[in-house]
Amino acid sequence: MRLRFWFLLPARLGMTVLLAAPLAIIVAYSLLHRGPYGGLELPWTLESYQRLADPLYLRIVARSLGLAAAATALALALGFPAALAIARARRYRNLLLQLVMLPFWSSFLVRTYAWVFLLRDTGLVNTTLLALGVIREPLPLLYHDGAVLLGLVYGYLPFMILPLYAALERLDPALEEAAADLGAHPWAALWQVVIPLARPGIRAGSVLVFIASLGAYLTPDLLGGAKTVMIGNLIQNQFTTSRDWPFGSALALALMMLVTLLVTHLLRRDAEAL
Amino acid sequence: MRLTLSLAATAVFAFLHAPLAVLALFSFNASRFTVWEGFSLGWYRAALRDQALAEAAGNSLLIALVSAAVATAAGTLAAYGMWKRQDRILLGSLYLSLVTPEIVMGVALLALFQFAFRWLDLQLGMFTVVLAHVAFSLAFVVIVVSARLRTLDRSLEEAAMDLGAGEWQAFRLVTLPALTPAILAAALLALTLSFDDYVITSLVAGVDSETLPMWIYAAARRGVSPVLNAISALVVMFFGLVILLSEALQRRARNGRTR
Repeated sequence: MRLRFWFLLPARLGMTVLLAAPLAIIVAYSLLHRGPYGGLELPWTLESYQRLADPLYLRIVARSLGLAAAATALALALGFPAALAIARARRYRNLLLQLVMLPFWSSFLVRTYAWVFLLRDTGLVNTTLLALGVIREPLPLLYHDGAVLLGLVYGYLPFMILPLYAALERLDPALEEAAADLGAHPWAALWQVVIPLARPGIRAGSVLVFIASLGAYLTPDLLGGAKTVMIGNLIQNQFTTSRDWPFGSALALALMMLVTLLVTHLLRRDAEAL
Repeated sequence: MRLTLSLAATAVFAFLHAPLAVLALFSFNASRFTVWEGFSLGWYRAALRDQALAEAAGNSLLIALVSAAVATAAGTLAAYGMWKRQDRILLGSLYLSLVTPEIVMGVALLALFQFAFRWLDLQLGMFTVVLAHVAFSLAFVVIVVSARLRTLDRSLEEAAMDLGAGEWQAFRLVTLPALTPAILAAALLALTLSFDDYVITSLVAGVDSETLPMWIYAAARRGVSPVLNAISALVVMFFGLVILLSEALQRRARNGRTR
């Protein structure tokens, strides 16, 4: 079919110029030197990659991995009951699903800002607690790792709920009834029947939340303190304030590798199963 | 167990929605502090009077409309082309664009533009933002349109061609009408993605192309302000309208299928 060539052309061009070319350029940049004024200089070198092993940066990578893992665990703990409730609801299923989709579509930036509004020293939580006399001094609720964790969980929770729901919805209710008939307590049925069968959804949701959190920039930037720098902020900083494009490129590629490996390894099995 | 489950689920839904609801409520607060002093539309009036804000909103709307139009056209054609015969390289690169962290895509595009500007007499501005937005929304358009194509019967086009239609006519008269709701839904998704993006936009924007998210971000950095609360509420309402529109389209698409 001759038409197909012309139909695919704009997207092929777009992906070549706006995805392949930019990635190729940062691969090249990551292998160059940083010039005295933030420019790029030959010769080719692996210096930027060697700097990734610097304890200063390893600590940031470790913090990012830790925050992403914690956000994933929390999102799973919160998302599972919500997804199960939606899957079991009969009359209100669509409404509940809409309620999960709504923040998914809504502005991520505004949703993150809402926590600044709630948690800062003169925010709603502190003023309310002060007015009630529970506390005398405003609590430091913002600008630390805990606030970032909260922001990540809040921001990416729909990524967890939707695949979980998709897995739970396909589950045959008869399986749980059978477990009950055989004498299983509802909690035992949940642990031994429902959760194992929902594993593809758990895996998919966890990978989505983990990679989104790992690459987060806006959440740590708005909710984190000066110390809560994640990989995303470090990359942005190399391309703006520090003007160290080779190192920024190496960092960006390292993050990209990590994310792509996670996705291809953990999700391929499930994609084949679907 | 049923009770525990319901309580937990209710708490999670409250967690998902309370922050925005409270924020929207306080945008109507007469006081500039976080203490309720009575109902007022004053912050909305102040927001509408703000020149820089109006300009940023205008830029955002223009960028969203243009980039959504381009991404929807290119994405729909690509989805159709890949439905005819799969293109593994294109599909792979679309998935890659989907999993690439925003910050990585942003710095890579910045590097590309700066590299190209060594030879071209151009600078960062509206068009670089539009190109960047097309880059990240294309994959979403392809996914939405492909999902609809998968439900279509291939023999319809074959029948049209047996009856003398050319390739183009079969696409134009048989498949395209069936795709219209999906294409509109994809366009709305691309529109919201563009309208909300901050991370990539802030990296590739020029001096003349401040967008609404950039304004919101700068205001949020300066601190909480009631005007910012009002703008946030308006943005959420805008997104709500888009979702309703998209829902209505999908319902029409479903009804069309059963008819």
